[in-house]
Amino acid sequence: MSEWGELPLIFERSKAGRCACSLPHYELPKGKVPAALARSEAPRLPELAEPDLARHFSALADRNFGIDSGFYPLGSCTMKYNPRLNERLAALPGFADLHPHQVPEDAQGALELCFRLQEALAEISGLDAVSLQPAAGSQGELTGLMLVRAYFADRGELGERRKVVVPDTAHGTNPASVTMAGFELQPVKTDARGNLDLDDLRRVVGPDTAALMLTNPSTLGLFEENIARVAGIFHQVGALLYYDGANLNAVCGVSRPGDMGFDVVHFNLHKTFSTPHGGGGPGAGPVAVRRELEPFLPVPRIVRREDGSFALDSEQAKSIGRVRGFLGPFGVFVKAYAFIRVYGPALREMSEAAVLNANYLLSRLKDVYELRYDRLCMHEFVLSACALKREHGISALDVAKRLMDFGIHPPTVYFPLVVPEALMIEPTESESLETLDAFVEAMRRIAAEAVENPELLHEAPHDRPVERLDEAAAVKRAIVRYEFGESAPASGQPAAST
Amino acid sequence: MGTGYLALTDADREAMLAAIGVASIEELFADVPEQVRLKRELELPPPASELEVERELSELAGRNVSTGRELSFLGAGVYDHYVPAIVEAIVSRPEFLTAYTPYQPELSQGVLQAIFEYQTVICELTGMEVSNASGYDGATVAADACFMAAHATGRKKIAIAETVSPQVRQVVKTYAPGFGLEIVEIPHSGGVTDPEALLAASQGAAAAIFQQPNFFGCLEPAPDLARAASEAGALAVAHVDPLSLGVLEAPGAYGCQIAIGEGQAAGNRLSFGGPHFGFLAAKKELIRRMPGRITGQTVDRSGRRGFVLTFQTREQHIRREKATSNITTNQSLCALAGLIYLSWLGPKGLRELGETCLGLAQLAKSKLALPLAFAAPSFKELAFRLDRPAEEVVRAAKKKGVNPGYPLGRDYPGMENVLLVALTEKRSPADVERLSAVLSEVLA
Repeated sequence: MSEWGELPLIFERSKAGRCACSLPHYELPKGKVPAALARSEAPRLPELAEPDLARHFSALADRNFGIDSGFYPLGSCTMKYNPRLNERLAALPGFADLHPHQVPEDAQGALELCFRLQEALAEISGLDAVSLQPAAGSQGELTGLMLVRAYFADRGELGERRKVVVPDTAHGTNPASVTMAGFELQPVKTDARGNLDLDDLRRVVGPDTAALMLTNPSTLGLFEENIARVAGIFHQVGALLYYDGANLNAVCGVSRPGDMGFDVVHFNLHKTFSTPHGGGGPGAGPVAVRRELEPFLPVPRIVRREDGSFALDSEQAKSIGRVRGFLGPFGVFVKAYAFIRVYGPALREMSEAAVLNANYLLSRLKDVYELRYDRLCMHEFVLSACALKREHGISALDVAKRLMDFGIHPPTVYFPLVVPEALMIEPTESESLETLDAFVEAMRRIAAEAVENPELLHEAPHDRPVERLDEAAAVKRAIVRYEFGESAPASGQPAAST
Repeated sequence: MGTGYLALTDADREAMLAAIGVASIEELFADVPEQVRLKRELELPPPASELEVERELSELAGRNVSTGRELSFLGAGVYDHYVPAIVEAIVSRPEFLTAYTPYQPELSQGVLQAIFEYQTVICELTGMEVSNASGYDGATVAADACFMAAHATGRKKIAIAETVSPQVRQVVKTYAPGFGLEIVEIPHSGGVTDPEALLAASQGAAAAIFQQPNFFGCLEPAPDLARAASEAGALAVAHVDPLSLGVLEAPGAYGCQIAIGEGQAAGNRLSFGGPHFGFLAAKKELIRRMPGRITGQTVDRSGRRGFVLTFQTREQHIRREKATSNITTNQSLCALAGLIYLSWLGPKGLRELGETCLGLAQLAKSKLALPLAFAAPSFKELAFRLDRPAEEVVRAAKKKGVNPGYPLGRDYPGMENVLLVALTEKRSPADVERLSAVLSEVLA
């Protein structure tokens, strides 16, 4: 049983009359708001002095787990070390206190950094032009599909090109992006080796196909061995290939999406290029495209003029428009660029270490957990807890929860959907052999415990602030904000949810 | 190999390759077909030490004129409010900074509880009943609101006031073709939106979107606009400045169904436009249409209170092509900064801050001997009409160390002579005096 007590909500620590803030008090004329527009009831924001504010959020931090807390092999999320240098650089006043409406002449350093990052991403992807604007991977996907849409609209083919082909192993974001971009989903199967099923592919690809969305290596951690043939099937009918960059960490400097035949790529700077994920963002999802698609990229574009200075260009008649405010999450660009500068061409060694770490774990675990596709893996692999489930009633979730008792963040579970009881493991390049061995030890011990003491696993985790939570009750009760407890809200007062 | 970010020694590598049963790292890439391999080094600048990278990027940073290097009155969507030290101290905690999305609640109670508190604070500010965990920014949440409204009403038209931020309108238009939406803009009348015009434009519309205060800094007749939207059967969507909500009415209190906005002003630095966060809150009947993460309260096996991501059947990883959105990563850390900041302010601080902005705007009105472009009341931004192009005036004033504001002609043809001046608590009365003096000189 855990030693942690229940932590009060910040509203439960609040006391009327306290205030942490310290604001200047100027001698000012009184500005007025017309009565009809004025606030009628004050919002019930927390009222705490600063020391208690600090303690509250410190206590929350203590109840969280980051890559600095321990091993975090969360498949497909590329939880690598986030260099602290990058935080320092993004906080430089010349970056952090730069207003996005500053005239370009007085923002040359920032624009040059963006431009250099664009150039680096073009080289890494093997494509021609880059937009940094999308805010995250999923927005990068959507932007990419909007580019595909604009490309076919420009050619007068949008009426016929309705379908985007997505394999059954894809992240859920892919089909969701297809819908948001106004296309229809065309699923395609995976074959016995974990590659795209070419027969199925040939059956579904035709004149109504707009694009393929593919993650390579796939979410199974397997490189698409037939990628050149796959690209041929799509290009032959005039369709485009979209590369989901979620797994780019496997192949930097080894193989480039552009050389594989892809026309559009999105990057996850918060995965491959180490920018911290912040418990759910910010991310950044730049897109790179082949020359033919460049006219459709979001505006403004960051361009270099003949005199070497940098400027913003919004005069692109064929552009899809703007997908986000300003130039994108600039602070994330600073961090990603710093990371790329530290490695340079040695990004290849980064990917090699990531692939070595993954294969090492795979080789030491595949005798105790099932491996559906017995191949060398790339930067991640997917095991299955099927046998444990069948023979001992131990699910992938039980394994995941028990790992917490060893101070390890669980892998991604129940994904990809094609592997039952999936445990998707991505160690990244950051980990030492000792850390990997400790994980192997824990995973093997858990497999043994499944036989000897299954209850221990069902009850895991044992020393966290909470035990397993009732997710069904969360939906049923629908408490999504603090209930202040008043029975009848005052007039003009926002009603508490019920 | 240059970087200290990798831990494997040569001996480790040998041992690992032996365990795998291959002779070289090269063999691990056997599945990558020869024809798609890169047969040269990446053409990137050579690896650099931490010190060298810091030097190089500091040089780039030094070439930018940040708000510390000129007296700036730039706003127009992103505002130079003070960020208290406590905010940055807390968001630097590695347990927050270096965590992924809270998929495993037992290891993520810190961020989950923080999101729950954030959702509450956003609901309190806006007068709404449900909030998501954040969206990308103040522009993309407007596209999210359109999608929610289209689904809730079965209608395909969106009416949006011309006084809504140009970037917000541009993003909505970019998303529109995929959603099959038709966007209709409502022209302004004297710097604000006429409720009759909004009513006419909103016939058959899923939503009517307006901004309070609007992009010109003017206060819209927001309750009348919300009423007009409802009369037309459209959802009323208000895009609001979170820091105005200590003195301005909550959208939920005047009949809006959805409130959205740019959260940057609450605890996030300018950072050349991002990362920041967008907020999205609504009346509770819209919860199942809402995109993005939502945290809910529940109990564990022993009955202890705990928090989980909830209503996940709306989301892409379960619903795939039928999801309410494709969003996964949002802006958690920026939203956390927003929560800490708003908790630091408290209700009293929020009101005080609003009054300071109102007072500074009042002072600027009297000190700057310039006509206002619009007669409507304001909050923290004022549109002044000049006797020459604002771009020219900005260039001349910058030579004297003052960036006087944002030329509205950049987005609104015909407003070339209008300058939008933003006042936050970081500008003192003496700063307003200096702005006044510099503008007088420049315009003389």
